[in-house]
Amino acid sequence: MADKLSKIEKRTAYALILPAILLVFSIILFPIFANIWISFKEVELKDIRIPEPRAKKIIKSIPEDPTKLKIVYKLRNSSLLESINDVKLKDKLPANIEFINIDPRCNFKSRTLSCSFGKWKAKYRENLEFIIYNVNGNSIDKKSLKSKKPKLSGKADNILLTTNFTLNNFKKVFFKNDFKDLLLTTFYFTFFGTLGAIIFGVLAAQLVNQKFSGRTFMRSILLFPYVGPVVALAYTWTLLLDPNSGTLNAILIKFQILDQPINLLGQKYLTFQFLGIDLKLRLALTTVIFFEIWRYFPLAFLFVLARLQAIPKDLYEAADVDGAGPLNKFFNITLPQITAIISILFMIRFIWNFNKFEDIFLLTGGASGTRTLPINVYEQGFAISNIGMGSAVSMVIVLILIIFMILYFKLIGKRANEL
Amino acid sequence: MNYKSTLIYLIISTLYLLTLKIVWIILSVLQGLEMTSITLEKNLILGLSVSLLSILLGNKINLLIKNLGLSLVFTYFFYVYNTVAPIWFYFGIFVIYLFFLNNIKNYDLKYLNKPHVIEKTIFKYITLFGIVFFSLVILFPFYLMLITSFKTQASLLMNPLDFSLDFTKSFKEFFKSYFVVFKTYNFSRYILTSTIVSIGTVVITLLFAIPAAYAVARLNFFGKTFLSTSILIIYMFPAIVLVIPLYTIFSQLGLRNSISGLLIVYTATTLPVAIYMLQGYFKSIPKEIEDAALIDGHSWFGIILKIIIPLSLPAIASVALYVFMIAWNEFLFSLMFLDNPKTFTLSRAINYLSGDAETPRQFLMAGSVIVTLPILIIFIYFEKYLVGGLTSGSIKG
Repeated sequence: MADKLSKIEKRTAYALILPAILLVFSIILFPIFANIWISFKEVELKDIRIPEPRAKKIIKSIPEDPTKLKIVYKLRNSSLLESINDVKLKDKLPANIEFINIDPRCNFKSRTLSCSFGKWKAKYRENLEFIIYNVNGNSIDKKSLKSKKPKLSGKADNILLTTNFTLNNFKKVFFKNDFKDLLLTTFYFTFFGTLGAIIFGVLAAQLVNQKFSGRTFMRSILLFPYVGPVVALAYTWTLLLDPNSGTLNAILIKFQILDQPINLLGQKYLTFQFLGIDLKLRLALTTVIFFEIWRYFPLAFLFVLARLQAIPKDLYEAADVDGAGPLNKFFNITLPQITAIISILFMIRFIWNFNKFEDIFLLTGGASGTRTLPINVYEQGFAISNIGMGSAVSMVIVLILIIFMILYFKLIGKRANEL
Repeated sequence: MNYKSTLIYLIISTLYLLTLKIVWIILSVLQGLEMTSITLEKNLILGLSVSLLSILLGNKINLLIKNLGLSLVFTYFFYVYNTVAPIWFYFGIFVIYLFFLNNIKNYDLKYLNKPHVIEKTIFKYITLFGIVFFSLVILFPFYLMLITSFKTQASLLMNPLDFSLDFTKSFKEFFKSYFVVFKTYNFSRYILTSTIVSIGTVVITLLFAIPAAYAVARLNFFGKTFLSTSILIIYMFPAIVLVIPLYTIFSQLGLRNSISGLLIVYTATTLPVAIYMLQGYFKSIPKEIEDAALIDGHSWFGIILKIIIPLSLPAIASVALYVFMIAWNEFLFSLMFLDNPKTFTLSRAINYLSGDAETPRQFLMAGSVIVTLPILIIFIYFEKYLVGGLTSGSIKG
């Protein structure tokens, strides 16, 4: 009985899980494997469209004889690179129509024109012309002639399915792509973005954990930057920081803090003197990092606040009895209680920030020294339309990510479930 | 009298008062106030004296009378020291003094002699500064977004500091950007698409996730531990890695520029986190209830439908809201998969608008308000559930 029950249980379990697994497999896992495949191929955006035979039907009247019409099929192979085999055309025409001349590759039976062309080479083009007339001697209705579109079929090789592989993409990624700068920018962005978000998150959590009027309101608005759509927020920030008509620059100039507007999102370096040393700051990158911090500190805030509220009150009461001050309490009670959650947050946020795309893309598009690895994936794949290169860059991301994940699970993976 | 703590208290509270005033002045300048410079030293002296007077007076006189009196007197001094401004500006200064005096009402000479008073003062003021800082930094961009959507291109370029709204305009003039965005740029269509996509994602995700989460939480089967760890790992894989292969596959299948394609991708990417969140909750439901139902002859599906779902409605609401938020705000996939304006979601439409440098920014901001407002309203209304969803699932973001 128990055996039978466990068998049913297993079967039910698989039935319950299977739909989810299939979906996740086809949309997440399969593409990751496909990515590996593509990254070893030199594929461009235009190659991934399967070569298609195309035909455009044009009707021309013949002025001398209104009962006759000329049909032109403009035929072409959509691909500039691949040939198509066994191309066939089918077109249904209105009743009572006969052909005067017919191409040897075609025949006309029961109102249907069918042609078979055999192989079309890449870039193949041809204008196929026919003259038709109405059997009844009336003029032909052009509209009904035009209403049906010709159907084409053909067999083509898919460049993605061939088995020639190359290492060229990876060679280019590592040696021709300013890889060092790319990696450094990514790490700079990730590290400071994560650190800043956590620092501000802890500050905000400490704040909301105090008693003051309007505390629930404060807690709500602290989450706004995270809840709001990234597109709207990024464009608002672009507007705010605009050098010519942005509010921030205007305020700073109005109160004489700045003499000239600064292009916070468009200037790569800011040089300034500190203690007599010339320093160079990656300005646009720093601005993007601040946006990142602004948008994601609410998450750190939420986690740290939950932890803070779970600290037993009697710990603080005992400290009060011992005569400890607030600073003492913070460093000896609060901080030890939240170090675990902070380290988990740091790891997880680090991984996520490492892959951040939208924020940078919307603010700078990767210009002025803000090109990170994810931005480069987009640039290679879609701006330069080199899909293979884009895949190779994203494979680099995956590899670095796997290292992080191993670290994450080694260090704190077990504790993550206690969250 | 403890001079050291008194001095520190005076300095910090003066700085705090100054900060409040500066924020008020900036906000007033944005409303068209002409105030190019504020006399810093005089304001510092004003702040020091009001703090000092407040502790010296202590609770010798009625608190209300003390606060009102001091505020009035110091607003008058402020009026004398600073350039002329309209009456509402001084009223704001008066309110700031009142607020400030209320904040420091606990401080008197006796209090300043207590142990750790310096630390306590610093902590208290960090909190106060924090409230001002965070409110300003967070709300200002939203404020800018809203105001800009009501302005005209000319007034924006002429004076970016002019945040004042002209309420004398007719209704149609006042909401002009919104009318344009809806009429010329077809935003009603995008709102519909976004709504369909988001709600569709929520429904499909729950349909897939609830059974799967139940199986992971309750049933024994081969590969269960492997599955529950891989959920977490898959969840960590970023969208940017999936974009190129999905783009190629979807192009070949003709799923690009279609709402169903978007639905499939959104569902698949939110599914792991939904399962992860739900199974955690399902585990906390006492198993005895199900055992009883099993003995009564209910099937597993019956148990899920009649026991699990009703018992875990709050968790399901959390997941649903969280998934809705992700789908509503999603940008990367909509950028990649949609290039036909007929299938745009709101986010993609705004991005498309901004791609044209000619688009007046008030239209862009009107669009931004349209996409932001629903999600903020939902968030405020269902805050409890959404915060629950965020804390259990938002390792991602």
